Amino acid sequence: MLGLNSRDLKLFLLVVAMTMLAPILLNPFPADSALGESFNAGYPALLQRFVIFGLLVIGFNILFGLTGYLSFGHAAFLGVGSYAAVWMFKLLSYNVIPAIILSVIVAGIFSVVIGYVALRRSGIYFSILTLAFAQMMYAIAYSDLVGKFLGTIVTNGETGLQVYADDPQILASPGDPVLPHLFGLEMNAQTVLAVGGWEFTFQFGYYLSALVMLAGFYLSIRIFRSPFGMMLRAIKSNQTRMSYTGLDTKPYMLAAFVISGCYAGLAGGLMSSMDPLTGGERMFWTASGEIVVMSILGGVGTLIGPVLGAGLIKYLENIISKINDGILHQWFAFMPDWLDNLLVTIIHPFVGKGWHLTLGLLFMAVVIFLPGGLMQLGEKIAALFGRKTKSDDDAKTGATEPAE
Amino acid sequence: MSKSNFSRRGVLKTGAIAGAGLALPTYLRADGHSGFTNAPQGDTVKIGFNVPQTGPYAEEGLDELRAQELAVEHLNGMGDGGMLNTFSEKNLDGTGILGKKVEFVTGDTQTKSDVARASAQSMIQKDGCIMINGGSSSGVAVAVQGLCQEAGVIFMAGLTHSNDTTGKDRKANGFRHFFNGYMSGAALGPVLENEYGNERRAYHLTADYNWGWTQQESIQAATEAIGWQTAETVLTPVGAGDFSSYIAPVLNSGADTLILNHYGGDMVNSLTQAVQFGLRDKQVNGKDFTIIVPLYSELMAAGAGSNIQGVFGSMNWNWQLQDEGTKAFVKSFGEKYGFPPSNAAHTCYVQTLLYADAVTRAGTFNPCGVVEALEDFDFDGMGNGPTTYRGADHQCFKDVLVMKGKENPTNQYDTLEIVEVTPRAQVEYAADHPMFGGAEASLGDCNPGA
Repeated sequence: MLGLNSRDLKLFLLVVAMTMLAPILLNPFPADSALGESFNAGYPALLQRFVIFGLLVIGFNILFGLTGYLSFGHAAFLGVGSYAAVWMFKLLSYNVIPAIILSVIVAGIFSVVIGYVALRRSGIYFSILTLAFAQMMYAIAYSDLVGKFLGTIVTNGETGLQVYADDPQILASPGDPVLPHLFGLEMNAQTVLAVGGWEFTFQFGYYLSALVMLAGFYLSIRIFRSPFGMMLRAIKSNQTRMSYTGLDTKPYMLAAFVISGCYAGLAGGLMSSMDPLTGGERMFWTASGEIVVMSILGGVGTLIGPVLGAGLIKYLENIISKINDGILHQWFAFMPDWLDNLLVTIIHPFVGKGWHLTLGLLFMAVVIFLPGGLMQLGEKIAALFGRKTKSDDDAKTGATEPAE
Repeated sequence: MSKSNFSRRGVLKTGAIAGAGLALPTYLRADGHSGFTNAPQGDTVKIGFNVPQTGPYAEEGLDELRAQELAVEHLNGMGDGGMLNTFSEKNLDGTGILGKKVEFVTGDTQTKSDVARASAQSMIQKDGCIMINGGSSSGVAVAVQGLCQEAGVIFMAGLTHSNDTTGKDRKANGFRHFFNGYMSGAALGPVLENEYGNERRAYHLTADYNWGWTQQESIQAATEAIGWQTAETVLTPVGAGDFSSYIAPVLNSGADTLILNHYGGDMVNSLTQAVQFGLRDKQVNGKDFTIIVPLYSELMAAGAGSNIQGVFGSMNWNWQLQDEGTKAFVKSFGEKYGFPPSNAAHTCYVQTLLYADAVTRAGTFNPCGVVEALEDFDFDGMGNGPTTYRGADHQCFKDVLVMKGKENPTNQYDTLEIVEVTPRAQVEYAADHPMFGGAEASLGDCNPGA
């Protein structure tokens, strides 16, 4: 079905079910309980981030996972996509369709140019070139150098680009919502379902992002299983040999780079559609690094691994970083005071502003014990229960390939 | 290709998805019955403290957090009540806000707009906060203020000094107690004239972002008004670390005054390097070379050490003031934490109390009621003398402090001395002033959300 083999179809349907039910699955605790207040992640803004960053790393995985080329400047495409989308809001209207389309096109153009130059080198030199381009673009956006050159505002520097009431918005009609919308349906339109102590929020913006992410995920499965994907994997295993057989690998590389850049632009466009303000920090090298960490944490080259990695990082960033000493004391309130204080002292460095430390330790543990990322953990657990599973990469072995 | 079988499980799953999809358009937005976003339920009310806990302004952020916790204690009737005893309004009696106990959540903005907005969103959507307070950068303040406007909650800005926060980016749901670049310029001008005369040539080094630009524009206008010339204005990247390549050309420019429109770590580095280059020992145009830092903070002063001795700057508030409000606040802060509060801490503390008082006077948590209660509101006893929240742009008007680095500090907190308390009339401006977005800038309508 859908041109997928049964394994991929199962995975795809599982992801569909997970994303559709995410507002329920990620709110496992009653809203007013201590656990719920600390660990529930099913609120719209975070759910949006899960799927948008998921989309971003799905695209990144097409480049890094298949070809092994480590782009260290992918956040730049996310940034230009966001800026393009906000400009569409400023010039045309708050409808998200033109914004999302333009964000993909602009990111595509940037990735053609950067890819053309950076792909002249491989390995570490490629990484450094992409990093250099991304940092250049960050500096240009953060100080709005283009805007200063032209004598106008292009990125609005550190303050960030946003929509003002006096912007032209030539396609907007008077009754339109003053928030991003899809033909009148506002992104933050939501319905709250209260079941007992539980509260589930279903937000339109999240479901729109989720659908785009699913489309992107489907496309990525098709690319993974296509002859084009096979060619990219061949480049990863031995690019020199590919060249010796008389095959020009550069167009394939560039295509992979541009596709993954477009994914990043799309993610940027969605991000602006959910929250119409964008700043230069989105393009900073730490943001690019975060994309790499997400991929590695989840499992590079697997279909769904990077999405899990993205989810885990965003969860830590938004949930663990908000746990403060007051909340810790609340948890351990039933214990004797000395034990309470001892536990809080021990946990304190790892929560709140120390969430980076937790992430770092987790990352080290994954890299050392699970080089295949969280996906490998899944396989290990599956193997423990005696079910035979193969990694995504092996799924193709059943089919016969014509030999050269 | 695979064939799909309709298993019981599959059908159930599809049914659940379809159900969720069908429920979607029913538009039961959050708390649809109460008329505004996050109306407090039960006997508690939750507010969000969104401050930088990591990154370049973390020191300021953590100090803000201390003050905010203190404010919540005082609102809930714990501790000695601090400024509640000196505040000109007596509506707050230590029983929380409108009889509801105050709870708070904290978040880390990392001084990044994106992160700050994510954190504020989680406070609004997940924790049900009715007000967001704090922050230590104008870029972040503008970003979070816009978010609060859209979401329909009140934003009480923390440390933000750019003209834009209550200028071209002003929002009906946002309020700023802190002073701004224009006020710094207006307060410093006459003091500088007295101290250094009318014939100076100033060289500006400016942090290249929103705050830096408006700060430079303001101080440049103020110094040119007293007859000073502007030799050159140079933008430096934020967080540059090394400013030597920017400082070397200063002497060759024929300037005799260096104005550092830098804040936080940047100011500490640029000032230290300027002193190391020996600028202050030089004589140019027959005058002693001098350095000015328009915006001061205690934390920067501590970081720059002896280099700030004799350097002029301005502040919103300082713990050395001798009015009753300041004494009460410094006493309760000092008793709890063991050192005096910074002016960032003061502004967040005051903002929290002002919000609580506005809710009490309005008799409702509805943001539009709070906006009405705060607009053109006069108060006193909060450490700054008689103060007004102007309705036209939601900016507080109060006296501004002109400070000087102390020549002979007696202890590690005694780094700055108050040169002059510039009266409020001297730093006032029209709401449609060209530096504040001109006639086009508007607050828009207050947004109660749901």
